[in-house]
Amino acid sequence: MTRPLLIKGGRVIDPASETDGISDLLVKDGLIAAISENIECDEAIVSNAEGLWVVPGFIDLRSHLREPGEEYKEDFSSGGKAAAAGGFTAVAVMARTTPINDDPSVTHYILERAREKSPVRILPIAAATRGLRGEVMTEMDALVRAGAVAVSDDNQMINNSGTMRRVLEYATLVGIPVVVHAEDRTLVGAGTVHEGSVSTRLGLTGSPAIAEASVIARDIMLASLTGAHVHVAHVSSSLGVDLIRNAKKNEIRITAEVTPHHLMLTDENCLEYDTNTKVLPPLRSFEDRAALREGISDGTLDVIVTDHAPHADQEKETDFKSAPPGMIGLETAFSVLTPLLDANIISPMDLFRRLSTEGARILSIPGGTLAVGASADLAVVAPQEKWRYESSNGNSKSRNSPWSGQILKGRVRKTMVSGKIVFDIDEGASCSAVNK
Amino acid sequence: MIGRNILSIDDLDRREVEKVLETAKRMQEVSFREVKKVPALRGRSVINLFFEPSTRTRTSFEIAGKRLSADVVNFSPASSSLSKSESILDTAKTLDAMDPDVVVVRHSVAGVPKQISKVLRAPVINAGDGAHEHPTQALLDLFTVWEEKAMLDRLIVVIVGDVLHSRVARSNIKAFLLMGAEVRIVAPPTMIPPSSEVLGVEAYTSLKKALEGADVVMALRIQNERLEGAFVPSIREYAATFGIDREKLRYAKPDAIVMHPGPVNRGVELAHDLADRRPGVVLDQVRNGVALRMALLYMVAGQPSGVN
Amino acid sequence: MNEKNSPKRLFKPSNAGPGAANNPSIEDETALETRVILDFQGVENALTRIAHEIVERNQDSETIYLVGVPNGGVPLARYLSVLIEKISGRPILVGILDTTLYRDDVSDRGSRATLRPTEMPSAVDERNVILIDDVVSTGRTVRAAMDALMDFGRPRSVQLAGLIDRGHRELPIKIDFVGKNIPTERHETVKLRSVDPSEEWPLEAIVFGRESAR
Repeated sequence: MTRPLLIKGGRVIDPASETDGISDLLVKDGLIAAISENIECDEAIVSNAEGLWVVPGFIDLRSHLREPGEEYKEDFSSGGKAAAAGGFTAVAVMARTTPINDDPSVTHYILERAREKSPVRILPIAAATRGLRGEVMTEMDALVRAGAVAVSDDNQMINNSGTMRRVLEYATLVGIPVVVHAEDRTLVGAGTVHEGSVSTRLGLTGSPAIAEASVIARDIMLASLTGAHVHVAHVSSSLGVDLIRNAKKNEIRITAEVTPHHLMLTDENCLEYDTNTKVLPPLRSFEDRAALREGISDGTLDVIVTDHAPHADQEKETDFKSAPPGMIGLETAFSVLTPLLDANIISPMDLFRRLSTEGARILSIPGGTLAVGASADLAVVAPQEKWRYESSNGNSKSRNSPWSGQILKGRVRKTMVSGKIVFDIDEGASCSAVNK
Repeated sequence: MIGRNILSIDDLDRREVEKVLETAKRMQEVSFREVKKVPALRGRSVINLFFEPSTRTRTSFEIAGKRLSADVVNFSPASSSLSKSESILDTAKTLDAMDPDVVVVRHSVAGVPKQISKVLRAPVINAGDGAHEHPTQALLDLFTVWEEKAMLDRLIVVIVGDVLHSRVARSNIKAFLLMGAEVRIVAPPTMIPPSSEVLGVEAYTSLKKALEGADVVMALRIQNERLEGAFVPSIREYAATFGIDREKLRYAKPDAIVMHPGPVNRGVELAHDLADRRPGVVLDQVRNGVALRMALLYMVAGQPSGVN
Repeated sequence: MNEKNSPKRLFKPSNAGPGAANNPSIEDETALETRVILDFQGVENALTRIAHEIVERNQDSETIYLVGVPNGGVPLARYLSVLIEKISGRPILVGILDTTLYRDDVSDRGSRATLRPTEMPSAVDERNVILIDDVVSTGRTVRAAMDALMDFGRPRSVQLAGLIDRGHRELPIKIDFVGKNIPTERHETVKLRSVDPSEEWPLEAIVFGRESAR
């Protein structure tokens, strides 16, 4: 029997109950046993959280941990550790693996491997169509029974609108969200950066915002028609935000997500041709970024996800066109977002709502809360702590982050899953698997 | 300027461009001698790192280097789908270890010369990167116009054709604006870059309007992929609407000159006779290219931090 | 080559003025103590004598090819050609040969030396080339000029006329026609300048030592 843990004197922020105040928090038998001032517990190990924030563990709705198939880039162990170091207690993994997660056997395999290797919870998002070919829908009921929490064709849209309609309709049977990657490749063409003045200056082919917005528009209408829950992945444009805001006004079942890099960077960050700034969808203009920030503030964009996309050095150290898109982000998500708190663009309560609480709600899973009786999935963060991030020192196997070498403000000090500490900055990560 | 990277026209200010052009003038004289060689870069190495094949530009740099008595080495790694064995940066690091005095880089994707320059101690000259820039082409175009018109500012320069995909256009726009000229671009709407005003030019789709008062008409090369119905419906239609011939030149000034970076798709971008004869100056551009590249190699070769 | 641009300058030429070549880093002569070591009359007298010596030594004046080394040697070559024409009664060939691309003092700091014009209206083969320079010191410029000349062809002979020999040779170079021998300290600078700054001619020779501390 492990001893209880008493986290003393931290600012406990729980978006689920809208509470925010200095409090003690007691963790016992893997659950949150008590939250109040001046808890006494003689047998407990005491952890002083003065000056720190105690928040629900983050839930990432979009990550690519590359297992099975590309373990040289990442796997459940390294990815799980990176997640824990970033304050995440649950990570949803996308279907484009080798083999593709379009069959319950693969889902089982993923969960088994994750259980063995990952310190944080792994939630599979299975494929919406077989082989991710966009033609025939997958056995969603079987996939959900095997443990999938949603379906998605990962990094591509379902081109055939008729097929998309049927997929959405069927998904309502199983009651899971369908995550859509809105990208019309015929409009993107050879585009690698946002189409605008920066792409013209860079001499790189641009990818216009309508490549995303036109598909969001279609999928919103299909959601309306079918009553399905459509979750729009990594929104990057103001056009997209406007469409989603409007859809919500009309009470269509849409939820949406945005990444820290889209919230913090713009296409101007690409001016040095750093391939770590090459992402899909691309970093867009200042106006787009402003709209995304407004989106997380007014709730148009429900959650913040990392879209953690590890790639080997060799793969990224090439020309901008050939480099695969994506950056890692599990370990730095919270840290790079703190300037938004400083600039009062979002309150701490809302930030953690987007990083944790809403994610649980969208996937209909437990978590995202610090209620008494809930599983002790939480993080203790130091919001003012400055540190230099070197991606080569990170837990991920890959190093593709544009923030490497920069001073970041805000740091995760402890992460706990089911009451077990899976990351403690004072010890380095402790790493047994606790996937449940 | 020794050790300076020439990745973009932005890397030079107006005074420096003037110096380059004046030096090119001196180098031009060397090319008229019987022994077309001077020892200025003797014992120095120039590496041509051409990821994208290009006989013309590469040969121009090679002749330029050899006329300065430099050792010129051509290095053409197997094209852009780089073999998994060596990345671009690894190739650059390998070259850096050989202590070259200047590396000339061409690649089909924008940004590679810049990425490489971060790893090389030697100065890097961009010989063309994707649709981004081709600074030596723009400089030799400036030189050609200067020779013809004895001035650069207050000229009206019109660039015709696929500006969207053209590094020659982007560099020339910057170069001529820097020297005080007025620059216009004219192309079918599918070939005008997005937010083109950020380039500092006025965009036209009517050739007639664009050519009014033009001193210099610069026709761009149009690649076959664009002709096959994707950006323009056909060669025939492009030639009819945007191809430059004597008939269309009447809209420009009577002493306007016609330029083209080459190779010319005869009968498409330029009429046959304009490719060969005045007011077309295409061959002068080629000739000037060697003198210009000699000037640049002379001014830039060497690693300023010390002994080679 | 486009003749339109030979005489006209588009941009302000850098390093203009005679004698500037010998002393690339002169910034503020007026702050330094300057002495005239050969006044304009002395210059002209010396050149007159040199002209006669050249004619005497090169009986066949048809083969004489005066080649001035920029910047200082250029106006001297022109003046000499006028003098020799008077003496010999026939027009004399004059050329300009920049030696910058043949220098041996290559350093990788800052910028490469600016190139000056080269104009060689005739081939050098079978001609008696007389290199003309204003100040001869180490002899390196002359060495470079000879290398440059060899790339133009095979002269019958190469002779050297120097208005001022200030010594400090580093190479075995001898001057065939000397204007004046003026011993100087190594650190001093000798150059020709216009008596009237707005006129190219006449010229006088000056020397100035560099200040010890700046």
